[in-house]
Amino acid sequence: MKLTRRILMGAAAGSLLFSGTAAMAQTELTFWSWRQEDRTFYQDIIKKFQAKEPGITVKFETYAPENYQTILSTALAAGRGPDVIQVRAYGNLETIATPGYLLALDKQNVPELANFPEAALAAETLRADGKVYAVPFAMQAQLVVYNKKIFKDNGVNPPKTWDELMTLAQTLKSKNVTPFANGTATAWQNETIVGGLLSSMLGKDFESDIVSGKANFTDPRFVNALAKLKDVSQYFSPNFTGVDYPSSQQLFVAGRAAMFAGGSYEVANFKNQNPTLDLGVFPAPVLKAGDQALIATYYDGGYAVNAKGDKKDAALKFVRFLATPEYGTAFTNTLKNLSPIKGIKIEDPITQDVAKLAENSMSYLMLVRFRYQEPSGSVLLQSNVQKMLAGQQTPEQAAAEINKGIATYYKPFQK
Amino acid sequence: MHVPHRQPQSMKRRLWVAFLVVPPIVFMSLFVVYPILSAFAYAFYDWQGLARGEFVGLKNFREVLFGATMAPVVWNAFLHNVYALVALMIVQNGGGFLLAWLLYKEPFGFRFHRVAVFVPVVLSTIIVGFLWKLFLNPNFGIVNQALYSLGLDALAKPWLGDSATALGALILANAWHFVGFPTLVYLAGMQRIPSEIIEAARLDGTTEWQLLKNIVWPLVAPSTTILFTLLFIGAFNWFEIPYVMVGLDGSPFGSTDVLGLVFYRTAFGNQSASIQNFGLGSALATLLFLFIVVFASMLTLWLRRREIQF
Repeated sequence: MKLTRRILMGAAAGSLLFSGTAAMAQTELTFWSWRQEDRTFYQDIIKKFQAKEPGITVKFETYAPENYQTILSTALAAGRGPDVIQVRAYGNLETIATPGYLLALDKQNVPELANFPEAALAAETLRADGKVYAVPFAMQAQLVVYNKKIFKDNGVNPPKTWDELMTLAQTLKSKNVTPFANGTATAWQNETIVGGLLSSMLGKDFESDIVSGKANFTDPRFVNALAKLKDVSQYFSPNFTGVDYPSSQQLFVAGRAAMFAGGSYEVANFKNQNPTLDLGVFPAPVLKAGDQALIATYYDGGYAVNAKGDKKDAALKFVRFLATPEYGTAFTNTLKNLSPIKGIKIEDPITQDVAKLAENSMSYLMLVRFRYQEPSGSVLLQSNVQKMLAGQQTPEQAAAEINKGIATYYKPFQK
Repeated sequence: MHVPHRQPQSMKRRLWVAFLVVPPIVFMSLFVVYPILSAFAYAFYDWQGLARGEFVGLKNFREVLFGATMAPVVWNAFLHNVYALVALMIVQNGGGFLLAWLLYKEPFGFRFHRVAVFVPVVLSTIIVGFLWKLFLNPNFGIVNQALYSLGLDALAKPWLGDSATALGALILANAWHFVGFPTLVYLAGMQRIPSEIIEAARLDGTTEWQLLKNIVWPLVAPSTTILFTLLFIGAFNWFEIPYVMVGLDGSPFGSTDVLGLVFYRTAFGNQSASIQNFGLGSALATLLFLFIVVFASMLTLWLRRREIQF
């Protein structure tokens, strides 16, 4: 009896030693993300990466998006945290990068950064030191998604000008089709609606004037665009002030509304819920024919390396892989989200359209430029547009409130 | 004198007491006292995102109470908490009192109703919030559908999207959720009243109203004290129902904003609009904690003194 036990224990100890040596050859990276819905894709990618780097395994772990920042923050503050981190961009990135939790990336440690356009890298750059802290993964755009079948059935085409949009919406409404599925009960939807519908009327010059301080948000271009938005809101979903984000999505997915002003990320989501939908996209209508039609773009986030991790070399190898056109192509075609990496091959026709539209774009202004301090431009825009569309303030008042809030910290407005 | 003889037994007793008392004290210190104290300490520092910066004294507290950006938001939310407290006192606790009186009189099926009225309390707040959000949906929600079918189209509203009705809607949803609790507490209070008092009053020919006002209400005062104190704490910590039903922003445009939401957005950031600031968040949480502790203790002392002993 005793002997058998001793043999068994010996065998166990032996196998322990054996597996120990095997583990030494393997470096295991942990990779955190908030994209539970993309798990299959990431696991495929990890397999492809391992084919190239057999010595490295990657463990993909996800947390709910609404808690992700908090969980990640807590882990990093406690000196733990994953080796590779999916991070967000702009102001949200600064929260994590400022305390030095992320490894600075440059052309030496990640030569693949050359594959990215400047604006994409800017989204993952800390303003304080001008260094890049993550490899960008997706470009998003605010535009108008439309239901091709409803347009065809009612004999209408995507509008070019604002007047055409108003006529089209009236035509649809008279035929008992809800023109826009949008509602304003969920605060952040107000910002996406502004990006999707007003960008062309605001224009690139408005953005550069805001940045230089030549204009502020009481500028007639901004006030007039808000007035137009108030005007078109009569064609939003019935009782739109009480319609939240999920309800407006459902309305569009069910084919009961013709258009949805919002993010390019909606397209894949809509198609997943109702594969029979035939969708198209168009940019914000222009004020008068001949003006440049724009969409509002921004970058979602990136892949970063934990500066305090002890497997930085392996982590950098993985992040470099996530910066190759090969990865960008897989990302774009599987997730139907546009990778910012140059030289990718896009299969999906709508994503191709978005990529083409992105050649004429302005920033998704409040996120890109004014989400660094409180009150953030996004908070101000969301609540004041919501209030204006509910009929509780005029476009002039909304613009003045937004301007007043940003002027408390934005130097160019204080002159 | 049998003291020496008793010594081992009292030693055993002391060990037993220690065994009962020490684990909860350790647990409380670790998970309640320590976090409160550390939040209190956080509030005195400047925060760069997650990294603790320099000691800034009372700057965060000043910003929360008087700062140009933060103070209007905080006071707006505070007023909504006060409003919720008053409204819930009337609707939730008042409703509970009336329901308890009905149950006390043991009408037909009172055993069933006694359980039924408590069922929503047991449900998860998240479920109740989503349920009411569906009920209040302006286009397919049961509330507006019912109004339409009754021909009361003019009364149908986008309840949660209208700044005039949104907070009221949250309060009613909360009252529906929790009314069973004051009902049970009042019912227990009523059943404690000696039956001869009520019988004597009935023999003297009191009306139902007089009975309630002059006899039952004063005699259930201890229940009112505890319910009011709990409601006070609950109303100023109010978070779940607003979070589920209107989101972190207190949508529409701050008309349902309460201190719990302000705290969460400030400390942890609102993914779609704002940034994290642990210092301001901790300062707000500390102020809220002190406010609740001080007022709840004062209230309890004051209300206790007004109770009738019998």
